[in-house]
Amino acid sequence: MKYASEFRQGKLAGGVVASISRASRRPVTFMEFCGSHTVAIFRYGIRQVLPKTVTTVSGPGCPICVTANSDLDKAIALALIPGVILASFGDVLRVPGSKTSLQSVRAEGADIRVVYSAMDAVRIAQQNPDQRVVLLGIGFETTAPTIAAAILQAEEMGLRNFTVLSWHKLCPPAIKALLDAGDVALDGLICPGHVSAITGAAAWEFIAQDYGIPCVVSGFEPLDILHCIDMLVAQAENGQAKVEIAYRRGVQQNGNVTAQHLMETVFESCDADWRGMGTIPHSGLRLREDYARFDADREFTIVPGPTREPQGCICGDVLRAVKTPVDCPLFGKSCTPETPVGACMVSSEGSCFTYYLYGGKNG
Amino acid sequence: MADTILMAHGSGGKLAHRLVEDLIMPAISGTDPARLDDSAIIELRGRMAFTTDSYVIDPIFFPGGDIGKLAVCGTTNDLSMSGARPLYMSLSFIIEEGLPVSDLKRILESIHSAADEAGVRIVTGDTKVVDHGNADKLYVNTAGIGTIPTGVDISGANIRPGDKVILSGTIGDHGIAIMSKREGLQFGTNLLSDCAPLNKLVEDMIGASDNIHALRDPTRGGLATTLNELCLQSGTKVVVEEKKIPIRDEVAAACEMLGLDPMYVANEGKLVAFVTPSDAGKVLSAMRLNKYGTDSAIIGEVEEPDEAPSVVMKTLLGTSRLIDILVGDLLPRIC
Repeated sequence: MKYASEFRQGKLAGGVVASISRASRRPVTFMEFCGSHTVAIFRYGIRQVLPKTVTTVSGPGCPICVTANSDLDKAIALALIPGVILASFGDVLRVPGSKTSLQSVRAEGADIRVVYSAMDAVRIAQQNPDQRVVLLGIGFETTAPTIAAAILQAEEMGLRNFTVLSWHKLCPPAIKALLDAGDVALDGLICPGHVSAITGAAAWEFIAQDYGIPCVVSGFEPLDILHCIDMLVAQAENGQAKVEIAYRRGVQQNGNVTAQHLMETVFESCDADWRGMGTIPHSGLRLREDYARFDADREFTIVPGPTREPQGCICGDVLRAVKTPVDCPLFGKSCTPETPVGACMVSSEGSCFTYYLYGGKNG
Repeated sequence: MADTILMAHGSGGKLAHRLVEDLIMPAISGTDPARLDDSAIIELRGRMAFTTDSYVIDPIFFPGGDIGKLAVCGTTNDLSMSGARPLYMSLSFIIEEGLPVSDLKRILESIHSAADEAGVRIVTGDTKVVDHGNADKLYVNTAGIGTIPTGVDISGANIRPGDKVILSGTIGDHGIAIMSKREGLQFGTNLLSDCAPLNKLVEDMIGASDNIHALRDPTRGGLATTLNELCLQSGTKVVVEEKKIPIRDEVAAACEMLGLDPMYVANEGKLVAFVTPSDAGKVLSAMRLNKYGTDSAIIGEVEEPDEAPSVVMKTLLGTSRLIDILVGDLLPRIC
């Protein structure tokens, strides 16, 4: 199996960088929405090779980072109910809620299990018929179809003890909210590759049409990202705004129709709370009425205490690209990956974590 | 013999004796003088290296090895990284009630063959059984003793600016093999863990040069973490080149898919050596002749530190970035 090395060739990259430098005249700011792109940009030092005219800023594309404290508190309260097994993807455990984290309540005895796929949680439910298994459904359009598939599987198996706490979020409404807020002026959008593999590149048409912002879907190898930036520069210099794909091996115009169908079968859109951005209309997914018995929100009544945001943490501003992690007074001081204050320092694709990992405590 | 391990197997009674005599002793008899006294008597002279480790890997069987092979190789390698010749090992099992006896037998056989290959003798051991749910199938604890040949002085503290950094092969094989098994992922080829005893490789290296300053096996935390530990220990700056670090295509692809950086993925059969520049060629040639070092490469060198000790990677694009120690667990991405 081979598909990474072709897209990591230094010589070819040099050619693309030269092309970007030749074409770029006016200063432009591009946002990479996706946390995986942020990681790749830092890992390969892409910002260092771009001409001074091209700036990239990191967006809110990390599902763990954007999870609101109120949701975390709810999950923690759920985990403390006797007879409940909470199944979660790993990173979430370390994110501090208002008072404590899932990791801490697990150490105190709550039954919280780390799973690597939604199907693992279904298996846990099958093996523990006397307990109620709640899966934290977290992620963007990429994860939602797999959770939908797990719910359908649980239905087929007749499981009565499996529910999902759906925190799923949708990317296009979040980008719209970000642009509507007008905090950050963008000349182009590096569109998320994995999300687009599901939604299709068509999901970004409204950004090009309504906001006049060039959009290019990118893969995650250095050549993918440079190629994407080259295409964005070309559009910006030519005064164009259209949706293009620099990741043809992964993304089609209309995306993965099967996955979309799975999502639509089980979920419907709802308003959702985003850390740092507040409530964004139609930016979340909840279970449809037909699947109500798999919905942890309907199956459990939880009233968590008042939410509290960590003092001094600017995760919200970082997620909106208004500030960068190094602007935060806590960054690298009281907030480090070992002792995270905010969610962006916990997730392996969070901006603060990435800045810290690849840039050290000075970013 | 019962099909599964029962509590009574750990009671010290008849079943326990039969477990040791029928199953454990035959499987490791080739490496053991087979005396059942309370402690092993061994003779040693000179400087010694002494190490201990526990193995709790899940799954206990994985592509390219199992918990038993891992325990023997891990202990052997810890001794080897001090330049010691591994000689003796202890082996203790904590078994969860209900473990199939056939699983234990398979593991004992692989312990036998790994110990044979490494030339290390298992001279003492212990077996305990705990209630179902109080352990996860099988835990193994070991200790190991080896002697350090005269004149050999290998330590991270000996690293000097100018030293060449040599890596014995591809990175990430073990971690990705485990993760693919654990998560049921398929990557087109059958990737095996690199789990292997490295003492013969180290002997070959020491035979080729008196100027090996430091050796370390980049296990948990991967190459990135090991290089960080060594730069801190020696107060130096370690500069490595991404394009020179060997990595299998399938490991690179799997890391990309899971959102992992292979620099942080575990290895169980690799070492990194810091060698005086004039001897680097000799050591590299000796390594490449050993079956566990055929893909060895010089991946970088040591420089004077800037402000503080650091590890810097020159990326494929010619840019450079810091490489920090792994924090927390390696987790696949969720989106």
